[in-house]
Amino acid sequence: MSSSTPFQTNSKVIKWIEARLPIISTIDGALVSYPAPRNLNYWWNFGSLAGFMLVAQIVTGIILVMHYTPHVTMAFASVEHIMRDVNYGWLMRYAHANGASMFFVVVYIHILRGLYYGSYKAPRELLWWLGIVIFLLMMATGFMGYVLPWGQMSFWGATVITNLFGALPLVGGDIVTWLWGGFSVDNATLNRFFSLHYLLPFVICAVVFLHLWALHTTKSSNPLGIEIKGDQDTVPFHPYYTAKDAFGLSVFLMFFAYWVFFNPNALGHPDNYIEANPMVTPAHIVPEWYFLPFYAILRAVPDKLGGVLAMGGAIVILFFMPYLDFSKVRSAKFRPIYKQAFWLFVLDGILLGYVGAMPAEGIWILVGRIASVYYFAHFLVIVPLISWFEKPLPVPESIAKAVLGDAAKA
Amino acid sequence: MATSSSAGHDAHGSGQATRRDFLYVATVGLGAVAVGATVWPLIDQMNPAADVLALSSTEVDLSKIAEGQGITVQWRGKPVFVRHRTEKEIKEAEEVPLAELRDPETDDARVKAGKKQWLVMVGVCTHLGCIPLGQQGDYDGWFCPCHGSHYDSSGRIRRGPAPLNLPIPEYQFLSDTKIKIG
Ligand code: HEM
Ligand code: FES
Repeated sequence: MSSSTPFQTNSKVIKWIEARLPIISTIDGALVSYPAPRNLNYWWNFGSLAGFMLVAQIVTGIILVMHYTPHVTMAFASVEHIMRDVNYGWLMRYAHANGASMFFVVVYIHILRGLYYGSYKAPRELLWWLGIVIFLLMMATGFMGYVLPWGQMSFWGATVITNLFGALPLVGGDIVTWLWGGFSVDNATLNRFFSLHYLLPFVICAVVFLHLWALHTTKSSNPLGIEIKGDQDTVPFHPYYTAKDAFGLSVFLMFFAYWVFFNPNALGHPDNYIEANPMVTPAHIVPEWYFLPFYAILRAVPDKLGGVLAMGGAIVILFFMPYLDFSKVRSAKFRPIYKQAFWLFVLDGILLGYVGAMPAEGIWILVGRIASVYYFAHFLVIVPLISWFEKPLPVPESIAKAVLGDAAKA
Repeated sequence: MATSSSAGHDAHGSGQATRRDFLYVATVGLGAVAVGATVWPLIDQMNPAADVLALSSTEVDLSKIAEGQGITVQWRGKPVFVRHRTEKEIKEAEEVPLAELRDPETDDARVKAGKKQWLVMVGVCTHLGCIPLGQQGDYDGWFCPCHGSHYDSSGRIRRGPAPLNLPIPEYQFLSDTKIKIG
């Protein structure tokens, strides 16, 4: 790749290291000379933003642990202690709590980017699957983190979600008792969630590593959805995309800072500032906003096991995207009908999120059911049908031709 | 080695188990048992610890609960509803045909003989574990606000996502005005 020169050095020290552990050339291959398509748009910024958020959560989280006490009698007070007494404790906690939301904003956009541009198609199936595994791990981490401050929403959210496993036939009840370590959510539950909340982000790091390994094997896709054909189609990651990612990061940080400094409790629930009380259920339990669409699907099914299966299926179905969509054309740019179906799907997801926040009464039950059916119909009916009958627009010959016009030399 | 392995093959050909086969099966079998024995403690440590398991029981004085009122007491970390039912509520509960019930159970089976006015049950919604609210819902019983389950005046599930009736804990009457739960 002439536009992306492989790693070279004259330094004796670096040569010595390289002969024993080729770590410097590996980093160079991933972040400096990595040949990236020259036409990546801003939707490609969200991968590096997700990486940034993972690091930010780990740093603020490790700091919170220095002041937090995982015990039912002290957890709530220790979070208040962080907020009021610890130097900059309020900043660490608000950054961590809002950071979780930012992490999900970024990852949702990152996933939708993949759905729009067909990034899940061969040869990137494994890359896509690893991404969904990360998403699942994030959900588990976010859920268990929300339990730690031991407020009313923490407690009742934990109760409702762990009870989901009780829907499993035969073993359900035993599994729930096993998860709780008792007969209700209690100290044993808080302690194990704390342990796992600390662990899972590092498991995510490991899967992110595999995700990037797969990425550097297949190389990035791009808004045109056609493969890199030669050097003229790429630019080296550094300085082109390091600069673009840094710019994107600074814009994103402004957004993040708005929540942390000007509206730090907007994304949380006020009931979580009431200490957990196992004898009183709040009138209206809602999970964090990033779980709402899935919560709406859970409630749409009037049967316990059915609801749980539907909610799980809503995520599992993403794994099958590479096969449900068998159109030869990757990018929605050249798929006029798929493009519309994509945006309808996004609207459906937003509607589901809205329904998830509403009480399960009256009209919301019906709206939730229709939106849930549409969610699955999108994957199981609409996408396969479109792949079948849609006539895609002509796809350009190469990235360089499309981007540079005739100036591109073959 | 070469000779013994070819001898093994020959033995296989004639359909006989060799010493090598035996060693192989025994090793793998023992290994599996060892792995299982090691993994079990790692899993079982998450089950309720001895102090949590130590059975607790709760006594409730009924004399202070007027007809039409109910109280909630805590037992094993869970709420237990103790309700003094009115004649109307008992009648409604008894008149429901069993065929109409999702989890068919007569009202008689849910109370102690001769003490029909006392309904004692674990106040944990059988859907996903919220605490239903009393004197609410469409069946003169309980309503769970979490996902909208309605229970009747016998605590039986009538509408909504919950699959089962509110469970009846083990309890006994110590006297006419005192019960012991657990
Ligand atoms: C994938 C990355 C992570 C996510 C999505 C995440 C998410 C969350 C969430 C949603 C909360 C509840 C915030 C609140 O409302 O107060 C929380 C709390 C907490 N997290 Fe994390 N977390 C992550 C990583 C970590 C790590 C790596 C640690 C420690 C090493 C950690 C330690 C804590 C502690 C101590 C709390 C309780 C204090 C509090 O509630 O603010 N977190 N986390
Ligand atoms: S927990 Fe009661 S209806 Fe879901």
